[in-house]
Amino acid sequence: MAHTNKNSAEPVVRVVNLVKRFGDYTVLRGVNLEVYPGEMLVIMGGSGCGKSTLLRNMIGTFVPEEGYVEILGENLSNADDHQLDDIRKRFGILFQSGALFNSMTVGENVALPLREHTDLDPDTIDIMVKIKLEQVGLREAEDLMPAEISGGMKKRAGLARAAALDPEILFYDEPSAGLDPVTSAEIDFLMIDLAKKLGVASVVVTHEMDSAFRIADRMVMLDAGVVLMSGRKEEFEAIRDGEPTGDHTKDLIRQFLRGDSQGPITQRRQNSGYEEDLLNVASGGW
Amino acid sequence: MLRYKQLIPIEVLGSRVLTVVRYAGGLGILLMATIKCIFAGLVSKKVRIDRKEISAQMIRVGLKSLGIVCLVQGFIGMILALQMAPSLANYGQEGQIAAIIGIAGFRMMGPIITAVVLSGFAGASIAAEIGTMVVAEEIEAMNAMALNPIRFLVVPRVIATTIMMLLLTPIADMMIALGGYFVSWAELGPQVYAKYWATLHDNLEYRDFYTGLIQATVFGVLISLIACYEGLRVRGGAEGVGKATTMTVVNSIVAIILAACVFTVIFYMFKL
Repeated sequence: MAHTNKNSAEPVVRVVNLVKRFGDYTVLRGVNLEVYPGEMLVIMGGSGCGKSTLLRNMIGTFVPEEGYVEILGENLSNADDHQLDDIRKRFGILFQSGALFNSMTVGENVALPLREHTDLDPDTIDIMVKIKLEQVGLREAEDLMPAEISGGMKKRAGLARAAALDPEILFYDEPSAGLDPVTSAEIDFLMIDLAKKLGVASVVVTHEMDSAFRIADRMVMLDAGVVLMSGRKEEFEAIRDGEPTGDHTKDLIRQFLRGDSQGPITQRRQNSGYEEDLLNVASGGW
Repeated sequence: MLRYKQLIPIEVLGSRVLTVVRYAGGLGILLMATIKCIFAGLVSKKVRIDRKEISAQMIRVGLKSLGIVCLVQGFIGMILALQMAPSLANYGQEGQIAAIIGIAGFRMMGPIITAVVLSGFAGASIAAEIGTMVVAEEIEAMNAMALNPIRFLVVPRVIATTIMMLLLTPIADMMIALGGYFVSWAELGPQVYAKYWATLHDNLEYRDFYTGLIQATVFGVLISLIACYEGLRVRGGAEGVGKATTMTVVNSIVAIILAACVFTVIFYMFKL
């Protein structure tokens, strides 16, 4: 399903030298990446590496301190609220929890963007809701409340809602989190299926490696707020399946991809400031 | 970094004042955005304000608290009558109980006590509801779907709470008067209850009624705005939601009493 052709198409998402700080803490330290039409880009990284922050910068929730994000040719940093809303209508997001509105039924959740952002009459909206729910295999749950359905079904419903306005880009925040392996695989195939049917570009943030290798065209490995490596899935597979090279970056990526308990990531954690911590406690500082 | 106890008192005072100013500023910004949204909804067809949601909120805020408002206000009327009776009897003025209850009830006790009940009843539940939506990423989802949470959540709640404050206050006023009448009839004797309604009628003026309603409107806006503000700034899961509900009730009551004080001064100055 790789539709990627860097030479022939303009990127739909362009992240340029992105720096994001929270107070004194710098989460993203100059991230660059591009997403091309129709491709599935997976952004990976350990907890706290900044991948969720990156996603939130891409959807305009956070404003970067330096650099910028361009979605479908529009610079988010220069957009006012109205322009930002216009851009947001052109992409969909599946949140980690599904983020369905709990006071509405599944059907009403999917209908909401159609009701708010189109001039379609209620009957047409009703038909479209049924189509969207059928696409994710959830037509029978239309009248159920989010509290009455399982985690996997919530994600499906969230996906139907994200795809309601036929977006050009779909963002996924940890789509496999909290799901059993079978449900997780089902969601993966649903994402691939939707990408094919709608021809959308997909950006997936995850640390579930099985899922990542199943869905990705291209992958980006994020660590401590910088892009360690960006490349095709096969390049990452080669690192995962190869032997340690002695190259610190590659070995770090290899440990992450394989989920090994020993390696550069573990060493870094063990070396980081333990003595300073102890000395700090002894001297009564904070 | 300085420890909190190392700060000198003036710095503590300064930081407290800053917190209050910041809070009031946040409320002011939310109020302006809400007013802007309501006007946009009235002028433009593109900005839809959901009437169904407003009526759902009115039922939740007002109708469900009607019973408790009536109960509390009835008791307030009874307490006022019983507390005043011995002192007034010393001067042979127990017949004036109805006049005092009427003025105190319509001008102040009606709106204030209704607002306090609503801040606990509706304010806390609005803060908990919106706070839970923040925790469940629903607000973020709303923003990401180009749906303005202020139009979607804040506007219907502010309108509904304000309308219900306006509707509940006259009922509350009547319940205070009824409570007073009930104990007069049951306990204080015919010198009080025989001319109760006539005395009430003779001593009440329209301004007693509408000054109460003006306050009720402002209290309604304050309660709903504080509840939405606390809900929207929830951080840190269930603990944050709990804190938001508590702070909504505490801050609403402080704001209500403060506003009542300001109103009393204004009404006194303009002889209203």
